[in-house]
Amino acid sequence: MEYVIEMLNIRKEFGNFVANDNITLQLEKGEIHALLGENGAGKSTLMNVLFGLYQPEGGEIRVRGKKTDITDPNVANNLGIGMVHQHFMLVENLTVTENIILGNEPKKRGMLNIKDSAKKVAEISKLYGLDVDPYAKIEDISVGMQQRVEILKTLYRGAEILIFDEPTASLTPQEIEELIGIMRKLITEGKSIILITHKLQEIMDVSDRVTVIRKGKGIGTVITVETNPEKLATLMVGRQVTFKTEKGPSHPTEEILHIENLVVEDYRGIEKVKGLNLSVRKGEIVGIAGIDGNGQSELIEAITGLRKVKSGKIKLNSKDITGKHPREITESGLGHIPQDRHKHGLVLDFSVGYNAALQSYYQKPYSNKGIMNYKIVAEKANKIIQTYDVRTQGEHEPARALSGGNQQKLIIGREVDRNPDLLIAALPTRGLDVGAIEFIHKKLIEQRDNGKAVLLISYELDEVMNISDRIAVIYDGKIVDTVSPTETTEQQLGLLMAGQEKEEFVGAATNDVVLKEGDDRDVK
Amino acid sequence: MSNRVINLLVPIISIILGLLVGAVVMLFSGYNPINGYIALWNGVFEDSYAIGETIRQISPYILAGLAVAFAFRTGLFNIGVEGQLIVGWFAAAYVGVTFELPAIIHIPFALLAAAAAGALWGLVPGLLKAKFGVHEVIVTIMMNYIALHSVNALIKTVSGGNYKTDPIKETASLRSEFLANLTDFSTLHYGILVALAMVVVMWFILEKTKTGFELKSVGFNDHASQYAGMNVNKNIVLSMVISGAFAGLGGAMEALGTFGYMATLAGFTGIGFDGIAVALLGANTPLGVIFGASLFGSLKYGAGNMPNAAGIPIEIVSIVIALIIFFVASGYIIRVGLQRMNKKKGAK
Repeated sequence: MEYVIEMLNIRKEFGNFVANDNITLQLEKGEIHALLGENGAGKSTLMNVLFGLYQPEGGEIRVRGKKTDITDPNVANNLGIGMVHQHFMLVENLTVTENIILGNEPKKRGMLNIKDSAKKVAEISKLYGLDVDPYAKIEDISVGMQQRVEILKTLYRGAEILIFDEPTASLTPQEIEELIGIMRKLITEGKSIILITHKLQEIMDVSDRVTVIRKGKGIGTVITVETNPEKLATLMVGRQVTFKTEKGPSHPTEEILHIENLVVEDYRGIEKVKGLNLSVRKGEIVGIAGIDGNGQSELIEAITGLRKVKSGKIKLNSKDITGKHPREITESGLGHIPQDRHKHGLVLDFSVGYNAALQSYYQKPYSNKGIMNYKIVAEKANKIIQTYDVRTQGEHEPARALSGGNQQKLIIGREVDRNPDLLIAALPTRGLDVGAIEFIHKKLIEQRDNGKAVLLISYELDEVMNISDRIAVIYDGKIVDTVSPTETTEQQLGLLMAGQEKEEFVGAATNDVVLKEGDDRDVK
Repeated sequence: MSNRVINLLVPIISIILGLLVGAVVMLFSGYNPINGYIALWNGVFEDSYAIGETIRQISPYILAGLAVAFAFRTGLFNIGVEGQLIVGWFAAAYVGVTFELPAIIHIPFALLAAAAAGALWGLVPGLLKAKFGVHEVIVTIMMNYIALHSVNALIKTVSGGNYKTDPIKETASLRSEFLANLTDFSTLHYGILVALAMVVVMWFILEKTKTGFELKSVGFNDHASQYAGMNVNKNIVLSMVISGAFAGLGGAMEALGTFGYMATLAGFTGIGFDGIAVALLGANTPLGVIFGASLFGSLKYGAGNMPNAAGIPIEIVSIVIALIIFFVASGYIIRVGLQRMNKKKGAK
């Protein structure tokens, strides 16, 4: 078989840290090759080596059988290697074509020549079935379409080998399906694809072969049809992992969170939450499903007191907390695992111990009459470290030094330890690997089983379906429907998330049944 | 090489490099660097008088350094230490001149007045930052000019048109016969004890109190602090106020100790600005500030001996002193260099 790319025994060191240790990846022409690994396993490092951003300390790279030194990204470009980034690198208020030619603008007698480029963009778009309008502005098109612009960009520049970095992270199920179709089309047109992901189902769906790396070491390459998600997970983590978190039925009791006609503006003064109603009861996990940017962030910030409420009411434990100070809301029984753990969840330069006390430092026994008792803070930190399996060198270590999963466990430990009546978990497993996800899901369910309420906000459909007892679908700042996870398919949920009316999809009958009892009051 | 050894080597190598480059400058200007450095050394350590004067010089540097460092720990850049020091100087002098009180009350009163004046001068940029998001660097710089010229005018007013205030009362003076005798009649005064006490105060606030926990938290990450229910704005104001109080006390050193009066200033004293370097040299820690202030104070005072004893013009001396401080401040480069060498050795 002909290999278009061979990365042989690649070794990359940063100081004493070995990020890539003897990793081999061979990409066949015309295949979709998945690169699987936990967070921090070294996937990005390996791809940055291929892209010329890092120089490897050992091993060699062969492109189409020829040993090549990829000294910088321009070399990679000229070799036909293109990268579709996870975070799109697009200028919002420029058109598709303008974005594609950016940095390499074609000129005619010193003047910018957009027309020819737009024609070429349209041709490529047609060839690969991308369906992109060359003159559309980026800010006017959907996330899925923006991703296609990224793909077009690499193709326009003559890429033969495309690297997709976590391409499905922000897509709806429908968009994911379309993307898979596009990837297949690319293959039939003779391109080769490396797909970086830690989502096992995607790998099973599209890839031909999988290369697994674990803690910087190459574990090996397997043929997709000869493996299954369980085997892949075991290879990736190094131990058995359960996917479907076990949980019994929920026993919801009285209402703990009540939101009525909530309106919240974002920082630009644009309404993001537009008259939202929601109710969460003790003993249940309510999942909020929705595509990024439909008001989730503003909703959480309004509940937690970090953002002003324009109108409407929020009640926690039947106490009005609308517009109250964050600390007062916290003391009313709220725990919050924030969406951005680096920005809101932790003071990274503080020690693990200080971070463990971040929400309770001002209370006895952690401080008394303005004097801190760091001995007790340390004791509490050690308790959290043990109970929540935070892997750290100790409570003195800066939080910055912890891996993402352990940082998240520390936050969850801190919040759950205060035993809040309502725990808001915003993207609690974002960017984490299966092992950490498993642990965090278990803790959330434990909280529910102890008669507490959990409000889960997630962009991952799997997670919402898996953990929630009820799913509230948010679209355009409103809860458009509340459904049961056991009686809804991902497809139906996806359509709701995209703003389609329930009647528009088949299987609406099953959903009508779900919308009974306590649920209908949420959808006023 | 362990980290500990590197930590120790960095300042030593920095100072040696600074001295070497300073020597080259003197050599090229046609002066004997060995004589120059002997004069510098003698200027600092020659006799008990020199030592006394050097320590006296260090006191305001410690306080100016603490002021910058304290604000820095809360994520604020207080460039206004100079102005806060000037108003503190005036306030201490005014109280020292005007009131008739027993020493046990007069000295603390004068010190408090200086701290309060500095705190007030820090309060303004703190409030503007917290309420309106005005950048503290702009406001503090402007506050420096306001301080300089207002105080000059005030001196004229209180002294009845004179260019300096009356000398302060004995009861407000930090001067000490005991210390003067000990150091061969230098102007060494009890101010150094005040400065060292403030080092302890800063350490205590930051490391032991709830307020310190909040101030540091806000300094590292105001978003997470707000999320944790802290009042970020209150902490910004508080930090500037405490910082200003340290600076004001720095001014009291000059009023109650070194000079015993305040004269109209033709320009800035420079102590406040040097405080920025002192704080950065000391990595914004209380103990580090003592180190930074000692280096600054010694070099500044010792350098005064170089024109007399070695005949090197004051301009060249200033360049040499600046070079030494420059190299100490560039310790980071030396640290990286050492670590690289270390790694290469390890690889072999």
